[in-house]
Amino acid sequence: MSDSLLLDAAALSRALARIAHEIVERNESGADVVLVGVQTGGVHLAKRLATNLSGLWQTPVPCGVLDVSMHRDDLAHHLAPTVHPTQMPGDITGKTVVLVDDVLFSGRTTRAALDALNDFGRPRRVQLAVLVDRGHRELPIKADFVGKNIPTRANERVNVKLQETDGEDGVWLMKNGAPA
Amino acid sequence: MIWNRPHLLDIESLSPEEIIAVLDTARQFKAVGERAIKKVPALRGKTVVNLFVEPSTRTRISFELAAIRLSADVINFGAEASSLKKGETLKDTARNLEALNADIIIIRHSATGAPHFLSRVVNAHIVNAGDGAHEHPTQALLDTFTIREHKGKIAGLNVTILGDILYSRVARSNIWALLKLGAKVTLCGPSTLVPRVFEQMGCRVTYNVEEAIAGADVINLLRIQHERQRKTMFPSIGEYTALFGLNHARFAKTKPDVLIMHPGPINRGVEIASDLADCGRSVILEQVTNGLAIRMAVLYLINGGTAAPEPGGLN
Repeated sequence: MSDSLLLDAAALSRALARIAHEIVERNESGADVVLVGVQTGGVHLAKRLATNLSGLWQTPVPCGVLDVSMHRDDLAHHLAPTVHPTQMPGDITGKTVVLVDDVLFSGRTTRAALDALNDFGRPRRVQLAVLVDRGHRELPIKADFVGKNIPTRANERVNVKLQETDGEDGVWLMKNGAPA
Repeated sequence: MIWNRPHLLDIESLSPEEIIAVLDTARQFKAVGERAIKKVPALRGKTVVNLFVEPSTRTRISFELAAIRLSADVINFGAEASSLKKGETLKDTARNLEALNADIIIIRHSATGAPHFLSRVVNAHIVNAGDGAHEHPTQALLDTFTIREHKGKIAGLNVTILGDILYSRVARSNIWALLKLGAKVTLCGPSTLVPRVFEQMGCRVTYNVEEAIAGADVINLLRIQHERQRKTMFPSIGEYTALFGLNHARFAKTKPDVLIMHPGPINRGVEIASDLADCGRSVILEQVTNGLAIRMAVLYLINGGTAAPEPGGLN
């Protein structure tokens, strides 16, 4: 078991700032942009991005949370995942929804999130922002905004810690030690 | 997630943490019921069979709607038109249902232990929707959910269950759930229907209704179950109402924030004065709404596999 630090607190903060600027660059007006953090890893990242964007656009950016457990395609394979709250910031129909998650891996969470979003309305467009893209996609899904691309092995684990939940900021690569 | 059981057979065998896991999950499913689109694909492609060997309307409808809201296909199998009338055994019936690829069997049966028996002879997930006078686990879960929603907690609350305890599976499941979560339970009713043996479970038993409801945070009224009593266990309905019914004089002496609950169907004017059933302290209809959320949560949880997530995580 050896864990290596991939992003320290300062690098994580810079990555989020860069994502915020890229979102501004892509979406000229902030008026129709809604951030939605995917439970649980994306929730606080979305809030931080919303704060960044509110500063850049000089207007409050709505921010919600989305739980995708009920929309997963692997429910019968694993223990039922804990269902966390979903809270949409008003009607998303016609808006640009930026989905925010911590780690992009198989893409199945994002697929479930796209499905779940549909239950709340029909966004004008959906973009995906992730702090870490670790590869190993199993579906044709690609992030629009990536904090850091990190090549990994399938049995490794990317551990994102945030001040709000873990008391510190940083991203670590955890070697599971299991055969690849 | 703490939940890794393939069945929900009773409350007695659940840990407090497992009960809380269901209640927490149900809170999110209740929120789904408040969305414009109330349906989620969690059980898409699964087949749910309502095997109600004993007649029921509200519980069956609640389970049926819960399964539909989870996108499952639902078959209702009633006692009336069934092969059970022709002498088929419960085991054969269930194995036939399984041969039709039933993934989840929800069973109500007049025999205690019928769901436990089924869970041993078939591979499908089993949910107990009431077995004889033994248990009715989803009713207890929805009752504790409703109490928790209003009071913010269960531990330390005084909960009085009033009425036919002896023949009530609702009472037994509620007693287990409430005691496991730290509530103080008082039972009251005619002595023929509230045997002292319940004191061994840790309940207080009293035959004085004034004493039972004074200081109660929750009063759960149970229906007098004519169909389950072989002989009359008390002289008359009128006497029951006079001695144990919740009337205005008694209601006036309860705590101002008492919750009035009833699993339904209500015998208006028997267990409870008709207008009290509709008063501001009554949460009887909320119980029905919460029952749907609880049943969605239960179906969601038991449908989960038993394997831990893959080493790389779910992202």
